[in-house]
Amino acid sequence: MDSVISIKGLRKTYDAGTEALKGVDLDIRRGEIFGLLGENGAGKTTLIGIVCGLIRATAGTVTVDGHDNVTAYRAARARIGLVPQELAVDMFGHVRHTVEFSRGLFGKGRDPARIEEVLRSLSLWDKRDAKIGDLSGGMKRRVLIAKALAHDPDILFLDEPTAGVDVSLRRDMWALIGKLRDEGKTIILTTHYIEEAEEMADRIGVITRGELILVDEKRAMMEKLGQTRLSVGLKAPLAALPPALDGLPLTLSDDGLTIVHQAGGEGESAEVAEILKRMIAADIDIATVDSSRSSLEDIFVDLVGGKRS
Amino acid sequence: MNLNAILAIYRFELGRTWRTLFQSLATPVITTSLYFIVFGSAIGGRMAEVDGIPYGAFIIPGLLLLTILSESIGNASFGIYLPRFTGTIYEVLSAPVSATEAVIGYVGAAATKSLILATIILVTATFFVDYSILHPFWAAGFLLLVTLSFCLFGFILGVWADGFERLQIVPLMIVTPLTFLGGTFYSIDMLPEPWRTATLFNPIVYLVNGMRWAFYGTADVAPGVSLAATLAFMAICLFIINWIFRTGYRLRT
Repeated sequence: MDSVISIKGLRKTYDAGTEALKGVDLDIRRGEIFGLLGENGAGKTTLIGIVCGLIRATAGTVTVDGHDNVTAYRAARARIGLVPQELAVDMFGHVRHTVEFSRGLFGKGRDPARIEEVLRSLSLWDKRDAKIGDLSGGMKRRVLIAKALAHDPDILFLDEPTAGVDVSLRRDMWALIGKLRDEGKTIILTTHYIEEAEEMADRIGVITRGELILVDEKRAMMEKLGQTRLSVGLKAPLAALPPALDGLPLTLSDDGLTIVHQAGGEGESAEVAEILKRMIAADIDIATVDSSRSSLEDIFVDLVGGKRS
Repeated sequence: MNLNAILAIYRFELGRTWRTLFQSLATPVITTSLYFIVFGSAIGGRMAEVDGIPYGAFIIPGLLLLTILSESIGNASFGIYLPRFTGTIYEVLSAPVSATEAVIGYVGAAATKSLILATIILVTATFFVDYSILHPFWAAGFLLLVTLSFCLFGFILGVWADGFERLQIVPLMIVTPLTFLGGTFYSIDMLPEPWRTATLFNPIVYLVNGMRWAFYGTADVAPGVSLAATLAFMAICLFIINWIFRTGYRLRT
């Protein structure tokens, strides 16, 4: 596995005594979109802050492309672009100047053609001479992304990229992130919108109370932890499950009007078909069929809830 | 050395000055002109010479410092406080920029602004008072040293401040009074004891007298002592800034 960021034993205890990270180990693969999922205050921003150099770790190491982010901070930081959660922009500055500033700050010489390319790719070229304070929230967010991309980093951190962004802008943002991945960038995004992680991420890490409790491929996670639920409503109540349905993991509701099938993992669709076939063959009058797959949200709530209790 | 980063910070800071040109340059020039009109021309015309220098000319080095000290502190502290306040500091902290490079960028820009201001004030003074500078190179060097020291001091204040009031407190409550009491408008030999001795504990006395010696070749304090005091102040500021970056104080948690 080609790991581009390697985090080992990362701990952070703030001066006030809050233990924000309790020994996190994580490897980010080159070219992936990694979704760091967690509630507010789970430690997402602290983790990103340490990798990017905003926060000092209490213990542990971070290497970026093999460069330690403390002892070789120049090489490590040069590879990273950070889009912060807060809309921290120089309100009186102008779009193009602020992007040029970012490029210089990361040690790169002036390159008007590259700046134009970045601004165009974010549909900001028309606003290049606008005052940042006059832009809408969605545009300010894009200015922050342009700033993060100005020095051509390989790795992009997006801390809550769509917090407070309306639905259509959120879709645009997702399309943009997908495009950046296609250009070969590694993207780490934090979010507490599960839908976002589900939509975007290749792999997902779930963080709660400073601990990374699970890291897995999104698909694998949903297969392993997801549940399919089939509930069949009956026209007439049954006293017990008919023998025709023996050997299937079914339960009958107390009123005898609903048969419920619940299963984890993939491949249960065949089972669902089998159940319905047998029920029809057994002349059971079906009134309604309702089938649902658990979303990442259910998985997340289960995981975090389980951790809490 | 990340020269591009130093240049980026330097340009950004001077750009900010450009955007606020009127407050940045016109305000101190108007204030200093008022001092020259009131103390130099109106009152100064009725005053005796001090140490053989006409009163109007006598106050120039002190008035110059009065403005340069407060502007250096104000510009440098605001330069670093503003990104802390708005949150844009994240970018500097996440960039491959060393502490030295950041300080050169911020302090260099603030010092440049102060030196431009000093030139404008000295030119303005010629409209009100007749004067010439006896040791121009010493004056320029000393001015540069004082400016850099106070810009470094301002940088420290900007890191320390956790609100706009605190940003104002030190310049208004400490530096301006000390400058007024530091022999800007009088020779400390004119003071009765114990005030004369007490004044020697005011560090600004050494700055004002160092500058006055450069202008007119006469001062209450030997120029070597003035130079040593300024260098010592600068060394303290550099030490504190080094500590700030080593511990991450108020910059990196």
